[in-house]
Amino acid sequence: MSTILRPYLYLAGGIALVLVLNLLVGGIGSYDQRIVVNIGINMILAVSLNLVNGFTGQFSLGHAGFMSVGAYASAAFTTMVLPAASDPMSQGLYLIVALLVGGLAAAVAGLLVGVPSLRLKGDYLAIVTLGFGEIIRVILQNVSSLGGALGLANIPRHTTFLWVFIILVFVVFVIERVIRTTYGKGFLAVRDDEIAAEAMGVNTTRYKVVAFVVGAFFAGIAGGLYAHYNSLIKPDDFGFLKSVEIVVMVILGGMGSTYGVIFAAAALTYLPEWLRSFTMFGIKFSDFRMSIYSLVLIVLMLVRPQGLFGGFSFKGRRAAAKKAPIG
Amino acid sequence: MRYRLLVLTAAVACVALGGCTGKNDKPGTAAEGNTIKIGHYASLSGKEATFGQQVDNGVKLAVDEINNGGGIGGKKIELITEDTQSQTQGAQNAVEKLIGKDEVSALIGEVASGRTMAAAPIAMREKTPMLTPASTREDVTKDENGNVAAYIFRICFIDPFQGTVMAKFAFESLNAKSVAVLKDNANPYSVGLAKAFVEKFKALGGTIVEEQAYEGGQNDFKAQLTAIKGKNPQAIFVPGYYTEVSLIATQARQLGITVPLLGGDGWDSPTLTQGEAKTALEGCYFSNHYSEQDTSAAVQDFIKRYKAKFNGEAPGAMSALGYDAMMIIAKIIKDSGKSDRETIRAGLAALKNYKGVTGNITIDEHHNATKPAVVLQIKDGKFAYHSTVNP
Repeated sequence: MSTILRPYLYLAGGIALVLVLNLLVGGIGSYDQRIVVNIGINMILAVSLNLVNGFTGQFSLGHAGFMSVGAYASAAFTTMVLPAASDPMSQGLYLIVALLVGGLAAAVAGLLVGVPSLRLKGDYLAIVTLGFGEIIRVILQNVSSLGGALGLANIPRHTTFLWVFIILVFVVFVIERVIRTTYGKGFLAVRDDEIAAEAMGVNTTRYKVVAFVVGAFFAGIAGGLYAHYNSLIKPDDFGFLKSVEIVVMVILGGMGSTYGVIFAAAALTYLPEWLRSFTMFGIKFSDFRMSIYSLVLIVLMLVRPQGLFGGFSFKGRRAAAKKAPIG
Repeated sequence: MRYRLLVLTAAVACVALGGCTGKNDKPGTAAEGNTIKIGHYASLSGKEATFGQQVDNGVKLAVDEINNGGGIGGKKIELITEDTQSQTQGAQNAVEKLIGKDEVSALIGEVASGRTMAAAPIAMREKTPMLTPASTREDVTKDENGNVAAYIFRICFIDPFQGTVMAKFAFESLNAKSVAVLKDNANPYSVGLAKAFVEKFKALGGTIVEEQAYEGGQNDFKAQLTAIKGKNPQAIFVPGYYTEVSLIATQARQLGITVPLLGGDGWDSPTLTQGEAKTALEGCYFSNHYSEQDTSAAVQDFIKRYKAKFNGEAPGAMSALGYDAMMIIAKIIKDSGKSDRETIRAGLAALKNYKGVTGNITIDEHHNATKPAVVLQIKDGKFAYHSTVNP
């Protein structure tokens, strides 16, 4: 009984925590709020990429591409289809609808890219996904009805702290639950030894496609949240560097560790902003904050190549990740 | 293993705590009342780094001169500069910090129109006046409904004017009847300026024989240039940023294209004519905000002071615009005796006939500056004055 209920208790606890934090977040300044919301969005991106790169062991470099599909689809839906919303109630409702549109669009894109390319392995898949991200960006740059290089502007600002983190809790819940089911063990099997998994009757391509589509769906939702928070989206925002940023979060946090990835997303989003106003021994670090950021990454990768929390999962139990191939 | 995790957690906790204390001690709280805070956000690093650094130098020179002269009504200017890394999110984070955390009275920035427009909604929401020194895209000073954005101003001309200047120059001065256009599709500024140029050039009776596009960050332009070469244009309009223009010019010459290249203020950077680009760009023209060779006392005096402060480095148009932007805000505060956001906004809206380094600045009802443009010709790697075009 209690083991069946426990995950739902985690879910309820997570939502309760977000609701409490939501009361506190009103008191902090708009700059801090922006950082917190950015952290939340990056957490969703990292956790969803972790399903592909961490749990299923595929190397995708196109996550920002799916994010942009979701961002553009949901933003276009809000600005062109939905009427203007004034009260918070309908704003939230419209946001959810727009996010679903964005998520589904990204999932369809994930399916289109995934089916032909997921028969590829390792580096080849990385190249295909990288190419996909770039293609999406170039297409968006040249579609004038979506704003071209200037992007889509004047997207209503419906994203709030509450929505971002409630969605994060759900994303974490869904992924952690799926991984623990019998079906979910298939993802880990594909990662640990693809040939053995196939020999045991696991449809590896199908597992990869499912991981890819689910990851893309959540990336699309994150993109929608991003669009409805920043009011302006440009193809530039979702370039190769953004994809790499998300991959770094996953690797630094520890491939296959949701806990670690969440932490890394928070740390890597906060670090450059924190360094803006960090002074020590009378030296202002803001001038070379990007160098410090890079240095931190290098040192961490040297000290902990398996990632900060590689090998630890939510239950504090040491998973088999220690043996898992990295990179 | 467990021990290591413990150390790690402790380290993380320290960082987090450090972050919290950093957040709590508001910089300048003690000195509040004695300083006037002005925020400047600029691309100090990244693709368009020289733009940001040049404006930053100009702003810093202005702040130094004001503070060394005793400040404004006894109050010193406290300049807070934030880097955007030439990225949209960087610009938004920087502006949110400057407004929300540093509580600046006014904002200066950015150069790139795309980033100014990304940050504008935040300034509008927080009712903070923002003066952009060099964003020339037409809709920068418009809000989401196409009306004038109440808190966004600029002290530079706009692209329809700049496009007109270069179209007229190509048609009349260069006597070119067929021109090709090579624009940066990833850059809102470039797209806007190309559009303005094409419209005007066609209206004058010229033909655009070829329109090609590239993407900022690209290194190879031979495909586009080969297509352009096949159409034999008499000039090529390249309204991009200096980063790519140098490469485009070099590759065009390699392909045997000898016609002059034309451009806009995005060319203005000391790095434009470095290396091979120096000979490749010889004799090319671009429109700009001011000329170093302007003999007026205001300009020559500014150049002298600027060189004295920055080790003999010559100021570009971006530095001059940054200087003017800061000086205009200082003048408004001085004249009104107040430094609140609303006063500065009203002062900017009412600015008339301000004699700046970059010419006479009057801000019109659309929050744009009506100013002449200069056409410069590249001679021996230097930007030589060619002519002035009045609006």
